[in-house]
Amino acid sequence: MPASTLARRVDASASSAVLRDRGETSVLAMRPHPLTLQLTVFERKEKRVDSAHPVHADKQQQPWRPAPVRDDPLWLRVALIGAAFATVGGLILVPVIYVFVQALQAGLTTYWQNLWGDEDTRHAIWLTMSVAPLSVLCNTLFGIAAAWTIARFRFPGRAVLTTLLDVPFAVSSVVAGLMFVLLFGMQGYLGPMLRAWGIQVIFAWPGLVLATTFVTLPFVVRELIPLLQAIGSEEELAAVSLGANPWQLFWRVTLPNIKWGLIYGIIQCQARAIGEFGAVYVVSGHIAGQTDTMPLRVEKLFQEYNNPGSFAVASLLTIMALVMLIAKLCLERILAA
Amino acid sequence: MSIRIRQVTKRFSDFVALEDVSLDVPSGSLTALLGPSGSGKTTLLRIIAGLEHADRGSIHYADEDVTQRAARDRGVGFVFQHYALFRHMTVFENIAFGLRVRRIPKSEVRDRVNELLSLVRLDNLGHRYPAELSGGQRQRVALARALAVKPRMLLLDEPFGALDAKVRQELRTWLRRLHEEMHVTSVFVTHDQEEAFEVADQVVVMRQGQIEQVGTPQAVFEHPATPFVMDFLGNVNVFHGRVQEGHAHVGPFQIAFHDYPHAEPRAATAYVRPHELEIERSPSSSAALRGRIVQVNPAGAVVKVRLVEDGSQNEITVDLVRDRAHDLSLQIGETVYVRPRAARVFMPEVDYAI
Repeated sequence: MPASTLARRVDASASSAVLRDRGETSVLAMRPHPLTLQLTVFERKEKRVDSAHPVHADKQQQPWRPAPVRDDPLWLRVALIGAAFATVGGLILVPVIYVFVQALQAGLTTYWQNLWGDEDTRHAIWLTMSVAPLSVLCNTLFGIAAAWTIARFRFPGRAVLTTLLDVPFAVSSVVAGLMFVLLFGMQGYLGPMLRAWGIQVIFAWPGLVLATTFVTLPFVVRELIPLLQAIGSEEELAAVSLGANPWQLFWRVTLPNIKWGLIYGIIQCQARAIGEFGAVYVVSGHIAGQTDTMPLRVEKLFQEYNNPGSFAVASLLTIMALVMLIAKLCLERILAA
Repeated sequence: MSIRIRQVTKRFSDFVALEDVSLDVPSGSLTALLGPSGSGKTTLLRIIAGLEHADRGSIHYADEDVTQRAARDRGVGFVFQHYALFRHMTVFENIAFGLRVRRIPKSEVRDRVNELLSLVRLDNLGHRYPAELSGGQRQRVALARALAVKPRMLLLDEPFGALDAKVRQELRTWLRRLHEEMHVTSVFVTHDQEEAFEVADQVVVMRQGQIEQVGTPQAVFEHPATPFVMDFLGNVNVFHGRVQEGHAHVGPFQIAFHDYPHAEPRAATAYVRPHELEIERSPSSSAALRGRIVQVNPAGAVVKVRLVEDGSQNEITVDLVRDRAHDLSLQIGETVYVRPRAARVFMPEVDYAI
C-alpha cells in the first residue's frame, strides 16, 4: 500500500482498511502508540469464502500479526510528513498567528480604535476597497475580450499578444510602477498634457487603479484562454445557426460555460489587487490620508513604530486573504465535482 | 427550397478544401455528400450553412443569393457530428433555444417543444441534461433542436458517425421516415456508403475538393463515371491491360469496349465487382482466369470467396449467392476458373472528373 494512503489514514477517523488481493482479504488496522506516535500496522488475512465450500467464518480468520513492510520505511514517511508540516507551520502558520497576536496585544478596544479611530487608516481601507474592485472589473472585461479573441480567432501577432499578456508577471512590480511614473508623471510623456486637462494620474487615485490593473492583468485572461479552447466553438456555432445574435450568444451560451473559470480568475485577481505594494508605492507618492492603500498604510504605521496599529491593519488584510482563500477552496471543490 | 452552388472555392492557407465546386440540390430532396476524409464534404456543408465563407463562388437558396448572408439569417437547421448540445441547459431548453432567441411567447414555445419531444420520442426527458443522455438520445435532441425553428433546410454533418451500429441503423430509418413526412430539403455528409445509399435520393461523390459524380444511388453504383467512384463504392477487382480495336484485353479476359475502335493499343484498366464474377470448375472459354482459393467466408447474405491468381500474386474477391456457393461446395486450396459477367473499363490517361 503506498505511503500516502497510510499517511491519510493516520489522521482519518477510520482506523482500519480492507484490501482485497488475489483471493485473500487483508484487514489492516493501525494503532498509533500514544506517546511515541509510532505506527504499527496489524494485518489479518481472511480467505475469501467460496460459495461452493461454505465454512464457518471464524475458522477462516487468522490471528493478528505485524504487517510486512511494503514500500517506504516508516521513519522516512514520518520524517517527510513532519518536514512538510514544519515548513508550513514555521513559514506560514506561525507568522499569520503572530500578526493576530501582535494586533490584539494591546487589547480589543485599542485594536478597534486603531482600525476605525484613525482617520488615515479609515481612508486607506476605503481606498483599497474601491481601487481593488475597480481594477478587478477592468481586468474582467479586458480578460473576457482578450481570451475570446485569442481562443477563437487566428490573426497575425496572436502568439506575440499571448506572450505579452504574461509580462506583468515577469516584471517586478516596482518597475511597473516606475513605468507609469515615466509615462504619466510631470517629467513624463503624457503628464503635462493630462495636467492641462485637469487630470492627475500619478500621486492620485487614477494612478493607483492603473498600477493595480497592470499588475493583476494576466489572472483572468490566463484562466479563460485554456477554458475557451477546451470548450470549443461548436456550441457557439450551433447557437449562431439557430439565430442567436452576438449578445444572446455571449449571455446564453458562452458565459454559463466559462462561469466557474471566470469566478476563479476574479478571486485570484482580487486577492492580488488588495495586497499589491510595490507598484502602488511608486505611483502613489505615499501621501497619508490621500493615496495610501492598506498595504502602504501598514508600512507607514510600522515606520512610525506604531506596532499595534500596523498589525491591526495587517490582520484586516489577512482576514480578507483568508476569506478569499476559503472561497477559492470551495470553488475548487465545485469544479472537481 | 432548392440549393444552387456555383463555382465554390475554399482554401485553408495552403490546403485547398474545395476547388470550383458546382451542385444543384432539388427542393425537398435528401442528398448525401459522400467521400473519404479530406474530400471537402464537411467544408461544403458549412459553406451552405454560412458557418464558413467561400473564397469564391456563390450560394443561392431558390432564387435568393445568400452568399454574403450571416449564418443566423439563413434559416438553416444544422446538426453537428458531436451534437453540440448546450451542456448547461436541459433538453427542453436546448430544443427551445432557437425559439427563445426569437422572443417567441412562452406558451407557444412550450407547445412546440413538447410537440418535438414527442416526434423524437423523448417525451419524459425534457428535464434531463445532455450529460445524462445516451448518444442516440443526444442526437435526437440535436435534430429536434434544429427542427424547432422550422428551417428551410436541414444540414447534417455525419449525424450518426459517433453511434454504435444498431442505433445508427434505427436513426437512419427514422431520418428517412421523417424526411418523407416533412419534405424539408436536407443535405447530409457521410463517409459510409451504406448510409448514403439507404437514406439519400441523390448521392454526390466527392474527392479531394471536387465532385466526382452526382446521381441516384443506383446510378452511381451501377454506372460509375470514374475509377475513384467505382473503387470507393464497394469492393472492386482491378485488372490492367490494353484496349485495341473495340476490345479490352485485361488479364486473361477479353471484353467488348466500343468506345475505342482504333488499332493503336492504349493502356486500360478494368474494374469488376465481386458479384459480377462467376466461378466455374471447368473453363467455359479460353479467356478465363485460373486461381487457387485461399478463403471462403460464408458470413452474411453472400458468400465471399478469395482467390489468388495463378502466375501472379493478384488477389481476387468473388461474391457468390448462397445457393450457388452451396452447389459448388468450394474448398480451400482448390483450383477454379473465374469469368466476368460484366466489367467497367477506364483508360488512365483520360480525365473523368466533372
